[in-house]
Amino acid sequence: MLDNTNVKTLDRVVVRFSGDSGDGMQLAGNIFSNVSAGEGNEISTFPDYPAEIRAPQGSLSGVSGFQVHIGKGVHTPGDQADVLIAMNPAALKTNLKFLKPGGIIICDSDTFREADLKKAQYTTSDPVAELGIDPQRIMLVPMTTLLKETLKDSGMDPKSVLKCKNMLALGIVCWLFDRDVEAVLRKLQAKFAKKPAVYEANAKVIRAGWDYGHNTHSSMSTYRIETESVKPGTYTDVNGNTATAWGLIMASEKSGRPLYLGSYPITPATDILHELAKRKDLGVKACQMEDEIAGVCSAIGASFAGHLAVTSTSGPGLALKSEALGLAVIAELPLVAIDVQRGGPSTGLPTKTEQTDLLQALYGRNGESPLCVLAAASPTDCFTMAFEAARIALEHMTPVILLTDAFIANGSSAWRIPEESDFPEIKPRFVSKDQLEAGWRPYDRDDKDKVRYWALPGTEGGQHRVGGLEKDFKTSVISTDGTNHEKMVMTRREKIARIADDIPELKIGGQPDAKTVLVGWGGTYGHLLTAANELNASGTPVALAHFRYINPLPKNALEELSRYDNIIVAELNTGMFADYLQSKLPGKYIHRINKIEGQPFMVKELTDGVKSILND
Amino acid sequence: MTETQTMETNFKPTDFKNEQSVRWCPGCGDHAILNVLHKAMADLGVAPHQTVVVSGIGCSSRLPYYMNTYGMHTIHGRAAAIATGVKTARPDLTVWQISGDGDGLAIGGNHFIHAVRRNVDINMLLFNNKIYGLTKGQYSPTSARGFVSKSSPYGTTEDPFIPAELCFGARGNFFARGIDVALDTTREVLTAAARHKGASVVEILQNCVIFNNGIHSGLTGKDVRFEHTIHLRQGEKMLFGDNNEKGLVQDGFGLKAVTIGQDGYTLDDVLVHDAHTPANFLHQQLAMMDGVTLPLAIGVIRDVEAPTYETDVQRQVEEVKAKKNWKDLRDMILSTKETWEVK
Repeated sequence: MLDNTNVKTLDRVVVRFSGDSGDGMQLAGNIFSNVSAGEGNEISTFPDYPAEIRAPQGSLSGVSGFQVHIGKGVHTPGDQADVLIAMNPAALKTNLKFLKPGGIIICDSDTFREADLKKAQYTTSDPVAELGIDPQRIMLVPMTTLLKETLKDSGMDPKSVLKCKNMLALGIVCWLFDRDVEAVLRKLQAKFAKKPAVYEANAKVIRAGWDYGHNTHSSMSTYRIETESVKPGTYTDVNGNTATAWGLIMASEKSGRPLYLGSYPITPATDILHELAKRKDLGVKACQMEDEIAGVCSAIGASFAGHLAVTSTSGPGLALKSEALGLAVIAELPLVAIDVQRGGPSTGLPTKTEQTDLLQALYGRNGESPLCVLAAASPTDCFTMAFEAARIALEHMTPVILLTDAFIANGSSAWRIPEESDFPEIKPRFVSKDQLEAGWRPYDRDDKDKVRYWALPGTEGGQHRVGGLEKDFKTSVISTDGTNHEKMVMTRREKIARIADDIPELKIGGQPDAKTVLVGWGGTYGHLLTAANELNASGTPVALAHFRYINPLPKNALEELSRYDNIIVAELNTGMFADYLQSKLPGKYIHRINKIEGQPFMVKELTDGVKSILND
Repeated sequence: MTETQTMETNFKPTDFKNEQSVRWCPGCGDHAILNVLHKAMADLGVAPHQTVVVSGIGCSSRLPYYMNTYGMHTIHGRAAAIATGVKTARPDLTVWQISGDGDGLAIGGNHFIHAVRRNVDINMLLFNNKIYGLTKGQYSPTSARGFVSKSSPYGTTEDPFIPAELCFGARGNFFARGIDVALDTTREVLTAAARHKGASVVEILQNCVIFNNGIHSGLTGKDVRFEHTIHLRQGEKMLFGDNNEKGLVQDGFGLKAVTIGQDGYTLDDVLVHDAHTPANFLHQQLAMMDGVTLPLAIGVIRDVEAPTYETDVQRQVEEVKAKKNWKDLRDMILSTKETWEVK
């Protein structure tokens, strides 16, 4: 069997749970990652699910996976797995490519029946040999038999018994990684608080799994994972979409503006709608409208009426919303549009990740219509950047597009639940009583940052009209005068540019005094950071510049980048951010690393890419 | 519900009017409708600062600029969606939506039917002149088959929408019709629409003096109006004609126009209008009368109470909030999510 060493200590380890869509792999993975986080590990997880909702059981297309990365210095869900759990031959076949060379496999040998093998398109009766797996590296566990034995006195029907199989696998994994079974059981108890019988059965199965590992493979290596000291506080795990929804709620609390979401279901953004629909319990009005356009338009109406107004979508939906975003630009109303990017063009790869909406966000509207564009760097950063998007929208009276992506939207990490004082008050630019009495006009603005003032309906004397037609700079009434139009265009542009005075400066990471800077934006942060750390550790010094504020750029960004001999922009498109930077740094040659496969970068692709550019 | 008398309120029509010079063509039906709207708003007694007027794009959609209320002149077709957002966010505001036949029923058709279906409490005024005026004369979704315009030089080859039919198809609970030149009727239907809780659709037959002059005059001209239209009033007999000598009677599954005293018909045979009856079968028949075989119905045709969207959204929010009683976001997360402490 496996290596006869005892306890291995590792900085971090990647475990991939795979099985049928209905096998409960995500639940098993979540419990495992949360228990690990409770022991002080950093965690990052990522689900990989098929586009089909219910593919046939046991088939190759029906396999779903859930990858968990735990340990210290964890910034991504991991390129490849150290341990693969495969619940059937189809999962084994489709997930083998995600296993590291030398990684180990835990598989349910009871599923190697002729019918199962046929469904998974094996041509022989020995899947291990057929796939060329080293028998030393696979632990074949008769999970179904064990399960039936364990629950034989439970009185459960066979179907319910089989549903507990994921917990058997979890028990084995907990043994392998030296996780505290009691901590696992506490999580499970919370989960099944209202179903004690289900809890009892699952608890029994987990113990059986742990015991099986302990008794039959006592000579196999188990792992102890290093922990990293993190900021004290109360933690939970959160995925990017939920974090986005919560960041908006936090902004609503900090601004005193009630939260309105106008949305339409679209993968992979729909979970934002789901979460905010639940949050009626916090006063949120989340409305599913008849289409994407009505989603953004109802939000614009809610914004005019004085709410923190948001619309959530993915690339195709952002395209449909572009005319309405232009209205918010010229009416100068606060609005947050969230684009959870997916593979395009058109319907493209709906469940896969890409960074290909950047130029659409920056430029995809008719006329001169600048707006603020932000991008979240990680699942938990979605909270911070959703808050920032709302803050900037409300304080600068402008639409803001927040770009996230399928990868960070579905991935999750441990997250410190913010305290009341962690985020600042948001102060919308309300029109004052004095201003109203002095004869206020809707496009009167603060000369400092060109922001116009906000009069909420219901305010006596604040009646005003806004709209899509150009207005006179002084009188705020409709104007078709060309000189005035240019002045208004430049004013709106200046208003966006001056947001740079109100956002953090760019901080260079990695080795700032290196000659080379690796540049990225948005959801690739974890991979770029890991790549930069690996390059620096292996004798290739690089600085790291990662952008979350895209338009405007941080004030010091161009100057900082100009200092480097080699600028390498890595992004999941054909070079949109590189082009954007190139237009602002005409004297610099910008190198590119690009990937458009619907998948995140692998760290190795980045380190190889940087080395290859530097060796040219 | 529908009250037709003019009420004394604290407001005058001029309170709703601003100083902007009105830019519609001389003779345009919109002038009359604007003036009537100012009067209807005064009748209602809702303050200008509690009133929001939202429009899309088109000649009629310039209207918010001529109001002393809160107003938004938005983008083509989307007024219903934007008005829905205003009202859902702030049920305390009175919201009017101004659209033309192109804005409301072509590019905005989807939002129109869904706002009606959702029954959000907005007053949707549809200025129907059966033409695109602002783009200088193309046929609209309400233009009759065969209508000749710049974009249909040989006549259209498509059937029009009948706004009432679309409204009923979307399960509308309020439909009324007015005529730009019939000021009192329009004032009456506008106030009734505003008092109705839910989506109120008011079709106003409006004349485009430049591109479609006289499109409605065969029905609405002073000399023919009483023969070709019938003013429906709640609880009153359905009578029409210069001297109210004609009436509508039930004829099998349909309606028939008869002259009282002829063919054995008496006043007792004439139907009594009931806009409040939930079944919409007769309302639809009345609304579909085209002014040729049967008189075109004006006034409030259907006015039935039903749950409104924004009220139910608000009620749900209040109920769930009270039930869960979280202090804030952090409280909700700590109470519902699995958490752990790091020291």
